[in-house]
Amino acid sequence: MNENQNEIIIEMRGVAVGTMRDLSLTVLENVNWSVARGEFWVIAGSQYSGKSDFLMMTAGLMPPVAGDYKLFGNETQIFDESRLADRLRLGFIFEDAPLFHFLTVAENIALPLRYHKNLSSETAATAIEELLELTELKSVANETPANLPRSWQKRAGLARALVLQPEILLLDNPFGGLDARHAQWQLRFLDGLWRGHKSFGEKPMTIMATTDDLRPWRNGERKFALLKEKHFVPAGSWNEIASASEPIVKELLAAPMETFENAIEKQKIETTL
Amino acid sequence: MHRSLASRFHPEKQWLRRAPLPKSYTDYLGRKLFLFLLTVQGLGAFALITLGVILTKFGVAPNVMRPLIRKEIVRAGINLLPMFLFVALALGFLVIGQMVSAAARFGAFNYIGTVMVIVVVRELGPLLAAVLVLARVGTANVVELGTARAIGEVEALEAVGIDPVHYLIVPRVIGMTLGVFSLTVYLILGALGSGYLFCFLQNVPLTPGDYFKGLAGSLSWLDFALLALKACAFGFFIAIVTCYHGLAQPLHLQEVSRVTVRAVSQGIVVCVLIDALFIILYLAA
Repeated sequence: MNENQNEIIIEMRGVAVGTMRDLSLTVLENVNWSVARGEFWVIAGSQYSGKSDFLMMTAGLMPPVAGDYKLFGNETQIFDESRLADRLRLGFIFEDAPLFHFLTVAENIALPLRYHKNLSSETAATAIEELLELTELKSVANETPANLPRSWQKRAGLARALVLQPEILLLDNPFGGLDARHAQWQLRFLDGLWRGHKSFGEKPMTIMATTDDLRPWRNGERKFALLKEKHFVPAGSWNEIASASEPIVKELLAAPMETFENAIEKQKIETTL
Repeated sequence: MHRSLASRFHPEKQWLRRAPLPKSYTDYLGRKLFLFLLTVQGLGAFALITLGVILTKFGVAPNVMRPLIRKEIVRAGINLLPMFLFVALALGFLVIGQMVSAAARFGAFNYIGTVMVIVVVRELGPLLAAVLVLARVGTANVVELGTARAIGEVEALEAVGIDPVHYLIVPRVIGMTLGVFSLTVYLILGALGSGYLFCFLQNVPLTPGDYFKGLAGSLSWLDFALLALKACAFGFFIAIVTCYHGLAQPLHLQEVSRVTVRAVSQGIVVCVLIDALFIILYLAA
């Protein structure tokens, strides 16, 4: 494990979160949260609870409305050009993982690398080959996003966020709209990144994901938090959250656990047939 | 300083556009005036931000930016050449056709060159080039950028640390500025050439020497300087207006067509205002 494992890399004190739609509105208040390097957080909340806005604020796409937010130990109110190097240590994937429609999948993935390291298209194409293999995107590398199913578009979005080898990965509802096979692949892949993937220097990646369905996240050593009534509430491990009696938790665990696993089994059978 | 688009503009002001029209006529006019001032403020801020990004990020990621700028020059310039050749021929024929029929009555064929300079070089050439580029490329800008904004591609660029103004706007502004300038020159040359072609076909008693001598005699260094400035200003501001409407405000997909129409209207108004400004400069010089 990394020697800096206990280093706090994200720290929020009294943070209020606005929304991209209207910066004068507040969707979360008084967020106090610390994330140590190598932690895997799942932030659960119902729809319109402010999950996406919270993650976008954490990623630096909008400033906090109030409070102190430290990223990698540095105080920041808004991410400006001088903090770009820190921002690039953080990868962000939107729920829809929008790809640039005028570029192919490979060009989409290579763009951050080309832009920030000023690489030619040929050099960048070579540099992303391993990532394409790792994410099983090689066969669709030359397709434009419009020709791809949503599951593959989301996977390409994940690859684009990983191309700069970030230390922190933020995912907004990563399983939203995915079929069971892709959801299972993504869950395993994220676990692999969190434990330290050899393609990423075997360093454990710090991961934060939002969700409106807790079922796929059962087991594992992840930490959970809830967004409810404009508040951020740390909720402990899976065992603690699964046994919680709060209505919001019941709602997020509404369907029986077997449904998700059955869907995976069904998918396996269909694939075999 | 690179700040997110959300923090550069103020979507909260958008309620003004959606508010129901007031019944009172003076309230209506007042609101329209207020919206006009807001638009001028937004366009001015966007132009300054773009200029700032052009200057501060001049050498950033040349391997990515140069091909994009080349692509925009091709799109706003080279691809429009066939259409401009046709328009140049038509413009020369129309102006000279009208002039010849009027000049025949007074025997004023020696003024044909002067009229061509006044009409084509100083006025119609640059304005027509600007309006055509606005129609062909400006509209595409609004649709492309508006769609990119609506489906979240702009935020995705910010998420990977790429300034959308640098990546999406700067190539378009440079491409349209150079495109309008070059196409204006081609349009004027084509119209002047086709003007003499019309005279030749109509057996007008005017030698090529007299025609081009008349043109040269009516042109001064000021014409060249102001023509270059005017064409560049047209290109720059068309790009600013269309990119502003496509990118600077949060959009939903269904709003893209409405915003495109508004951008074209404002683009034409901006071109006419710039033209008026240059007429004042001509008169003052």
